[in-house]
Amino acid sequence: MTVGELPLAVRRPRRIDPRWLRLGGWLVLGALLCVMTSTEEGTPSDHWLVVRTALGSTKLIGWLLAGAIVWALLEVWRARGLGTVVSGRTAGVRGRWHEITGGRRAHWLFLGIAAVAAIVIPQFLSEFYQRVLVDQVAVFVLLAVGLNVVVGWAGLLDLGYVAFFAIGAYTAGYFTRALPVKPPFHLNPFVILPVAVVVCLVAGLLLGAPTLRLRGDYLAIVTLGFHEIVQLFLVNKNNWTGGNQGAFGIPHFSINIFGIHYQWTLASLPYWYLFIAMLAVLVFLFDRLEHSKVGRSWTAIREDEVAAAANGVPTVKYKLMAFAIGASTSGLSGVLYASRIGYINPASFPVVLSITVLSYVIFGGMGSLVGVIVGAALLTFLPAVFQEQNIVRQEDIPMWIGAILVVMMIFRSQGLIPSRRRRRELGLAAQGVSDADAMSETPEGRA
Amino acid sequence: MATPQAREEALLTVRKVTLRFGGLTSLSEVDLSLYRGEIRSVIGPNGAGKTSLFNCLTGVYTPQEGTIEFITADGTPTQLVSGPPRRRRSRKPHVVNRAGIARTFQNIRLFAALSAFENVKIAAETRQRTGPIGAMLRLPHARANERRSDARTRELLDFVGLRQVADELASSLPYGVQRRLEIARALATDPALLLLDEPAAGTNPTEKRQLEGLIRRINTDLGVTVLLIEHDMKLVMSVADRVTVLNFGRVIAEGRPEEVQRDPVVVEAYLGSTEEKP
Ligand SMILES: Nc1ncnc2c1ncn2[C@@H]1O[C@H](COP(=O)(O)OP(=O)(O)OP(=O)(O)O)[C@@H](O)[C@H]1O
Ligand SMILES: [Mg+2]
Repeated sequence: MTVGELPLAVRRPRRIDPRWLRLGGWLVLGALLCVMTSTEEGTPSDHWLVVRTALGSTKLIGWLLAGAIVWALLEVWRARGLGTVVSGRTAGVRGRWHEITGGRRAHWLFLGIAAVAAIVIPQFLSEFYQRVLVDQVAVFVLLAVGLNVVVGWAGLLDLGYVAFFAIGAYTAGYFTRALPVKPPFHLNPFVILPVAVVVCLVAGLLLGAPTLRLRGDYLAIVTLGFHEIVQLFLVNKNNWTGGNQGAFGIPHFSINIFGIHYQWTLASLPYWYLFIAMLAVLVFLFDRLEHSKVGRSWTAIREDEVAAAANGVPTVKYKLMAFAIGASTSGLSGVLYASRIGYINPASFPVVLSITVLSYVIFGGMGSLVGVIVGAALLTFLPAVFQEQNIVRQEDIPMWIGAILVVMMIFRSQGLIPSRRRRRELGLAAQGVSDADAMSETPEGRA
Repeated sequence: MATPQAREEALLTVRKVTLRFGGLTSLSEVDLSLYRGEIRSVIGPNGAGKTSLFNCLTGVYTPQEGTIEFITADGTPTQLVSGPPRRRRSRKPHVVNRAGIARTFQNIRLFAALSAFENVKIAAETRQRTGPIGAMLRLPHARANERRSDARTRELLDFVGLRQVADELASSLPYGVQRRLEIARALATDPALLLLDEPAAGTNPTEKRQLEGLIRRINTDLGVTVLLIEHDMKLVMSVADRVTVLNFGRVIAEGRPEEVQRDPVVVEAYLGSTEEKP
């Protein structure tokens, strides 16, 4: 081709009516859902089996039809301008709703209702759901509340958060003589709670002190590596940790003071109340923290680290504080978990679990206590319901959660119930004003 | 200029500061003595190194050569840059701020998603000793500190005349108001020296007049020494006690505003650039 021919080669692409593009999108989505809902199982020798059978079945027609119908309805909606009509009609209601839900009083009202529901409802659930509540919902909600301090408030990306959960659990194993390496004294799990908090606090400080001086994105890599190291240590240091087998026989919680005797057992409900009590304490403390000097300093760092430092905020100190508070919350949950389950092994704390907790926090709404609690609770409880009702197979659950997150990030990136500050920040950051995390800058300016 | 007497009153002494970015020398052997209580203006064409000088003073950049000495409130001289060549360190920005130097930015850097009140309050409470435990348990000293910083914030918003926009989002405020808010935030850290980087840029004539009054009041009512970078010559001539002129990273003149204005070297520097004539 010579230079002279070039202008001919560069032809303007024909414009396709966006309506048809949207139809195409809906049809693809229908086909995708057809594959995703298929109950066929692939084999290692034939990865495409599921896709082939799903797309070859008559169900495909149903899904495509559904996609086309949704498209048609939406086109009518769009053509009539119903969107603006509806948003105009509901503007008042939505304004009121924001007023009601935005205030501090609504915040406490919600927490109050949630607390009552958390106390009463589990009584009427079957043993299966009670177990889900404790082993899944409670553990992950507690973890999410801690990670929210790091990710949501300080704006740091921590991908090794569950490593501290493991450290907490193994601390419980150590002090209850469940590990091969024996402690000088034996402790009740209740006493181990503060011990694990301190251990994880120190571990968090040791890991954070050198890395938090660097740009925020290094922290993500360092924490990821840290999790891997902790995991390898647990697997390989056989004579201390019990290797892959882990530790068995970690005793349950028990109270034995002032003439009160109570022993937690395998039953789920008492553990549920223990977790809820712990959560209530944390929410109470963290809520105060958010609306204090500390929380404001975190916000300042998140929004503009240079300006924060120039106005006297010791940025590294506050990041370290958030990191350590997150780590100790994780450790605390680890003790509860270890004592509840009774055995721990390295496989209970895979690296992907850190990512899972992170996705719950993002789903619920970073920086919003209510948001992350609801987010983590929904994403742990609903899959169990679907699985129990045989709506979705267990192996498919990560796929669905992934899909929900993708959709969520496209249409509501601020999360389910975002904090007001955070919502504003994301809005402004999208316009190029200010920042929404502590990732891209050091106090000395853009690195 | 540095008579023995004057040196006793010096608040900030910059000696032979040189800052390079690779091959580009942005400050070259800059000397500057700032006396307690004065309003000093730094002027110079675009790219002269004015903002770079501020960044060296506040620990954002570390100059390769030279010393910067600041006298803190208790009278002790503090070196803001130290260490052997090649391993020189600036004091961290927050440490410089605690020592008593506050600043504003040429391209306003407020906490955009926070209210005007919160912007100032964050700065007002940086020196308080409330820690996470105190905050979580709302211990008495934490509550007392909150009350103190609330009061201080209101006081400062009144001082700059922004009481009525206290609850507005910083980013929703008009440009000139944002500039004043940034000044209030800087003042909230109780500085002995305030560095203002082009506070009049982008403001209208009325706001300029308010700003002029504000800078005077900061100087006289609060007793804060001011170092002012400004392109608006009318403002500089009316508020500055002394003017230092930078060009290509060098100090080319220093003196009273009228003197500097007539200095042929200065006129030459401005004529040689695209700047307006002083
Ligand atoms: N971080 C940096 N990296 C490289 N060069 C820089 C950096 N900061 C400043 N410079 C250079 O140093 C010189 C002085 O810049 P400086 O911002 O200090 O000028 P200024 O006097 O504040 O100008 P203006 O009036 O436009 O604000 C310029 O040539 C600039 O390009
Ligand atoms: Mg500048």
